[in-house]
Amino acid sequence: MKREVVITGLGAVTPLGVGARTLHERWIAGASGIEDGEGVCTEFDPTDFLSVKEVRRADRFTQFALVASDEALAEAGWADELPYEASRIGSIIGTGIGGIGTLTHNHQVLLEEGPKKVSPLSIPLMMGNAGSGAVAMRHKLKGPSFAPLSACAAGAHAIGEAVGLIESGRADAVVAGGSEASLVPLARAAFAALDALSDSGISRPFDARRDGFVMGEGAAVLVIEDAEKARERGANVLGYVRGYGATTDAYHLTAPDKEGAGAAEAMRIALADANLEPADVVYINAHGTSTPLNDRAETKALKTVLGDVAHMIPVSSTKSAIGHLLGAAGAVETTATILALRDRIAPPTLGYEEEEEGLDLDYVPGKARPLEIDGKRPIALSNAFGFGGHNAVLCLEAA
Amino acid sequence: MATAVTPEAVEKVVYDALPQFGADPSDISREATFEDLDVDSLDLAELSQIIEDEFGVQLKGDDVGQIKTVGDAIDLVVKRAE
Repeated sequence: MKREVVITGLGAVTPLGVGARTLHERWIAGASGIEDGEGVCTEFDPTDFLSVKEVRRADRFTQFALVASDEALAEAGWADELPYEASRIGSIIGTGIGGIGTLTHNHQVLLEEGPKKVSPLSIPLMMGNAGSGAVAMRHKLKGPSFAPLSACAAGAHAIGEAVGLIESGRADAVVAGGSEASLVPLARAAFAALDALSDSGISRPFDARRDGFVMGEGAAVLVIEDAEKARERGANVLGYVRGYGATTDAYHLTAPDKEGAGAAEAMRIALADANLEPADVVYINAHGTSTPLNDRAETKALKTVLGDVAHMIPVSSTKSAIGHLLGAAGAVETTATILALRDRIAPPTLGYEEEEEGLDLDYVPGKARPLEIDGKRPIALSNAFGFGGHNAVLCLEAA
Repeated sequence: MATAVTPEAVEKVVYDALPQFGADPSDISREATFEDLDVDSLDLAELSQIIEDEFGVQLKGDDVGQIKTVGDAIDLVVKRAE
């Protein structure tokens, strides 16, 4: 039998502010972190949390991960001392793009000032695994560490793979999450060239008027532990990762399978892994990007998997409040989902007003409402799908 | 045109550079070790770049491995320029 896996710490830096609970409270209050068509972490100042040296040694995406990891470890009670042997604790921080700000800055230096002016820190800061390495170094975690690079599914893959390490006995705990800081002209232009970005600058997932995603930045990091070991040390358990489903569309580099087949299969696998049925699910935190294709395919996938109960389960998208955090999204949304389940509240899909034919689920329009679970367990699915056809779904339960 | 390499000129450039790497200005002296200042190999790679830019003197990996104190670094740059 596989080992049970618990969540004991949450940390986040998002366009709604610094802190996991800041994200949760502001989202359920209906606040939006999107301004002028982008979700920027305007309240984040790295020097509030990191030394001059730490700031210099970290791209913005790594800075987000470090600050989120401090919050998560403090909540888990790990701030002063690691509860397990360091070699039994891993660090998995996913990202979509990594340190693209460092890359583009140094490329500009190369072109304008020549190769001798390119910073020796360029590669160690831009590499996609910089977040995972820096988090491990900061907290002296010596178990397995790496970075899933699976576009907008990376944060969910990080958590799913962390669970796998614990379930299989290869680690006792993992600090896992996702981080992204790609609000630079090159990434903006490139996403715009793909026609993926919203022209209106409004993130309104599932709404008939949706016209693309809104870029966002930030990170979330979770402390995930072997349940038995966490209980032995008297940890405060916030929730459980009950199941993980990962599949691939193998269909198109950027577009989802039109019927959402790969996404549906990932949800099915996550539920089966959790030993649960569709009727056990009380909330869905959708990938919900606000792109015409995703929201249609995801709705189809949800109907395929959930069948008769699909219309009874509230489905909302965190991206309506903060935009699309790409490789951080899966981790940020897992964090938001656990806190929503704990408070028995269905957070809203902000800006949702106009129904499109066929997109007829309960998207929790406009404002949060109490989550009626009618004696059921507080169980949710959190979906994350990425360019490349990657699908990662987590089945979560609040403690 | 590179700046003339005098011990004073090199010292000024090095002293000005170190705080960017997080060193406390009040701890910086010729006798201070890079270890004490928490200046590591990546910082020294950046310092080498600054020195080359300012004085046209190249420090190689082997050189950097030899120097322990701020004074060592200054002396090495002056020696290399001779």
